[in-house]
Amino acid sequence: MSGLKIEREILIEAPVDAVWRTITEPEQITLWFADRVDLVAKPGAHGSMYFGDQGGPVVVEIVDPPTHFTFRWNHPADEEPTARNSMLVEFTLTPEGDERTRLRVTESGHESRDWPDAEKQRYTEEHQGGWTSHLERLAGVLAQRSR
Amino acid sequence: MTTQTEDRMWSVIADPSRRRVLDLLVTNGEASAWSLASHVTFSRQAVSKHLVVLEEAAFIKRRKQGREVLYQVEPDRLHQATRAMTELAAVWDRRLDAIKRLAEAAHAEAKNQATITRESK
Repeated sequence: MSGLKIEREILIEAPVDAVWRTITEPEQITLWFADRVDLVAKPGAHGSMYFGDQGGPVVVEIVDPPTHFTFRWNHPADEEPTARNSMLVEFTLTPEGDERTRLRVTESGHESRDWPDAEKQRYTEEHQGGWTSHLERLAGVLAQRSR
Repeated sequence: MTTQTEDRMWSVIADPSRRRVLDLLVTNGEASAWSLASHVTFSRQAVSKHLVVLEEAAFIKRRKQGREVLYQVEPDRLHQATRAMTELAAVWDRRLDAIKRLAEAAHAEAKNQATITRESK
């Protein structure tokens, strides 16, 4: 639970199959994501993505056409990705009629270890909006105080 | 892609008890480990550990006043973390825009092809 979490979504004027191909076919992925993509959209497939000389390994987790696609990345090259050492990118596609698709992406990871249950509980209750908003609020309080 | 420094930054502030300590320091301005411990449900030892991690990651700084050590937040570091978060969200917005353009263009082309095929029959 928790760690870093980013959530974004967009409405696309195209059928869900067209959106699915765009996010899962390697030659398409190079057009919106990384420069070099070596990836097969199969569960458990190990591949890589590079942005210039930056980049690294990618491991595909869920491939459930045409609605659900997830992969992990950002983990050390010599380790298998886990919830603690990597980022999980999760795409959810929801058809809205025949020619419209809602695409939602979350990127999350770097979960903390060893949280006492009481803390998890409190966290869930107090930070429904995630810690992004918590952080923004803190920064806001600080900014006001320094005026 | 996040950098190693950012990774560290995320894992430091992802911990809810640690953020609780950060919270208290933001609210109180400056505080000792002792006074912080009186506001939380976890132990003073846990508070001390969190303070060490937060200080190592430069989220807080300490100063000595007599025999007491007082901690306060480094606002620049907190803003840096918030900015990095906002930037990552912006990166995903750009990627989603690109996916939208590509999928819509592919769909438009497929529809055109279908029309041409129908007309040539």
